[in-house]
Amino acid sequence: MAEKTKKANPIWAWHKKVLEQNSIMLTGGVLVVVSIGGLVEIAPLFYLDETIEEVEGVRPYSPLALMGRDIYIREGCYTCHSQMVRPLRDEVERYGHYSLAAESMYDRPFQWGSKRTGPDLARVGGKYSDEWHRDHMRDPRSVVPESIMPPYAFLETTPLEVEVVEGRMRALTRLGTPYDELGRLENAVSDVYTQLDPFAADYDGFLERYPGAPVRDFDGNPDMVSELDALIAYLQILGTMVDFSTYEAEADENLR
Amino acid sequence: MSAAAASNKTGFDASAMVVAGLLGLGALWSLISAAAGADAAIRVHAWVIGAGFLAGLFMMARIYGDGGLDNDKTQYNENVIKAGVIASMFWGVAGLLVGVIIAFQLAFPALLSFDAFPQLNFGRLRPVHTSAVIFAFGGNVLIATSFYVVQRTCRTRIAGGIWPWFVFWGYQLFIVVAATGYLLGITQGKEYAEPEWYADLWLTLVWVAYLLVFLATLMRRKEPHLYVANWFYLAFIVTIAMLHVVNNLAMPASLFGARSYSAFAGVQDALTQWWYGHNAVGFFLTAGFLAIMYYFIPKRAERPVYSYRLSIIHFWALIFIYIWAGPHHLHYTALPEWAQTLGMTFSIMLWMPSWGGMINGLMTLSGAWDRLRTDPVIRMLVVSVAFYGMSTFEGPVMSVRAVNSLSHYTDWTIGHVHSGALGWVGFISFGAIYCLVPWLWKRAGMYSKALIEWHFWIATIGILLYITSMWVSGIMQGLMWRAYNSLGFLEYSFVQTVEAMHPYYIIRGLGGVLYLTGALLMVWNVYKTIKGDVREKDEAVKPQSAAIQQPAE
Repeated sequence: MAEKTKKANPIWAWHKKVLEQNSIMLTGGVLVVVSIGGLVEIAPLFYLDETIEEVEGVRPYSPLALMGRDIYIREGCYTCHSQMVRPLRDEVERYGHYSLAAESMYDRPFQWGSKRTGPDLARVGGKYSDEWHRDHMRDPRSVVPESIMPPYAFLETTPLEVEVVEGRMRALTRLGTPYDELGRLENAVSDVYTQLDPFAADYDGFLERYPGAPVRDFDGNPDMVSELDALIAYLQILGTMVDFSTYEAEADENLR
Repeated sequence: MSAAAASNKTGFDASAMVVAGLLGLGALWSLISAAAGADAAIRVHAWVIGAGFLAGLFMMARIYGDGGLDNDKTQYNENVIKAGVIASMFWGVAGLLVGVIIAFQLAFPALLSFDAFPQLNFGRLRPVHTSAVIFAFGGNVLIATSFYVVQRTCRTRIAGGIWPWFVFWGYQLFIVVAATGYLLGITQGKEYAEPEWYADLWLTLVWVAYLLVFLATLMRRKEPHLYVANWFYLAFIVTIAMLHVVNNLAMPASLFGARSYSAFAGVQDALTQWWYGHNAVGFFLTAGFLAIMYYFIPKRAERPVYSYRLSIIHFWALIFIYIWAGPHHLHYTALPEWAQTLGMTFSIMLWMPSWGGMINGLMTLSGAWDRLRTDPVIRMLVVSVAFYGMSTFEGPVMSVRAVNSLSHYTDWTIGHVHSGALGWVGFISFGAIYCLVPWLWKRAGMYSKALIEWHFWIATIGILLYITSMWVSGIMQGLMWRAYNSLGFLEYSFVQTVEAMHPYYIIRGLGGVLYLTGALLMVWNVYKTIKGDVREKDEAVKPQSAAIQQPAE
């Protein structure tokens, strides 16, 4: 064989003896080899400061928007819609300023998506009226005839499970989302109702806890807190937290 | 030999007690969650889960009431593999069917969306499709073939008494829990990692059992040398365990509730997810299926593996490099550019070890190329390796940032995935099933060789329709998004690009129908074979005895 006529590199013999005849060594070897890439690529993201820009305005979702986000995830919206505007000319012109890492710093899980069967939603907040969203959810083809989106008419007749929101905010707090600040946790459930009513007693307190949050009845039906209320509240805040008229993308501290 | 061993039944041993305890705990958790769970979704889902645990306990009561499991050390355990082959085909057909349905939902949305049944919307069915074909079909093929290969190449009965069965049924339970969860809207919202925390926890248990069964079987081998297929199975099992545990770290909102939140947020979550997501491809759909290639192609072709040294080099290079490739899913995103560049660089390097595997598989046919003409099973196995070569060339191309700026977010990605999934994973699995069925059920051949031919050709045409239509629609959509008119404005609104895809969505759906038809032919063929209706002896099928005392294979 080749080994006899030529001097074989000892590594082959070593491989045969150590790795191919010892299942524990092989398992250990595999574990070491497959760990390296992840450690080098992912671990630094947790301690390199420049990974996430320091911007003003990004805050945790209001309880109603958080519930809306959970509905967005539940319905698998991410299977067709991205939330990540890339810094490419056509995308910036079509959707708005490219997405910053800071804008999803409270997103657990992230919803950047991988497919645009429908358009990107990173900056959909404020682009359409609540009425448009209602019509669109009821029957997407009534407002966009060529749309291939399924209808979500049941959202406006399904009551929102308001009572679960506090437990969910507590879980997020344990992970580091600052819901334990400014009395956000204490007002979790009442803030759902406050956000739906511009004449609510705690209007000012709510806006201190969640600056810039839209306050109104989103689904047009003040008699019920529906899942549609939550979903529209979420969609209307998307991409609106950072004020891009004052954000300087080229500033030294924002270059990465 | 003691009396217990002579009776060849395990009896209710310590392992059985542990499994019964796990099932009991699961049933208890389900009962509490069904009655007093934290949210409406879990109060429905827990009934399904509880029924699964009770079915498991019932099954155990029947088996152990009858003295326990067979434990004849002179025979291979083939029953668990037979179960795996049948489960593979069941989930394969189910997953392909859901795929066809959601493909046509995109082509005919008004016709195929139901106001009254949000469970059947694209967004909820899509994870059912992806999980069913990847984890249910692919996973069962991997578990079944690995249990077959590890026993034969180690010349020993699989270790662990009840544990291989725990792995098999525990995995089926995971699939059912995951899929019913998606229909109910229970999802973590991370692609290919959708199952919620409790399903993840259960899968972790099953997977650890799988690793231990596999390792224990390797350790009691009668051969000094670990055959190359086992390296790949081992890398697949170990790495999937690591990926699954890390990517699914999450905080449940309640211990009796469905919802949890990812331990990572935003950009860190994104890279963790695609480190997982791309290596689900790399280790589940590649390393695992390369193990199948390394056993079934040499075995069926009766040729040795082309190059032993190439298998060593490409094994270590493949598993080392794959792990780095995840960031190519995040080009031009808010992920720091250094990470994107690393991901792109390693993705391009990955081309070489991938083709190392392809060359080793294809060249194993040296001296037996005529078998391509006469044996449709060999043809299926070899064409699958060719598709592997094609999609592992396309992948590095798409990972180049400039190409990715066009291809990302479009159907090109979907086409790429399916050339790998339908061509490589599907065909190598079908080939392995066509090998295994006569071996396991001790038949002289498959019921009909002509039906295998039909399966091969119908499915191949299906794949071609699928991938070509997705190339066209993907590249077209990417170009339309970035098209400008002479005045410097964007030429097309988004919805115009949606409209333009309609014909390609129909072609893609038809491709899926053909592929599904092929799989149904296989199911019929296997059913008739198992029943014993074998029309003629197939010279390519060499009988494989269940008795262990045989020369090394």
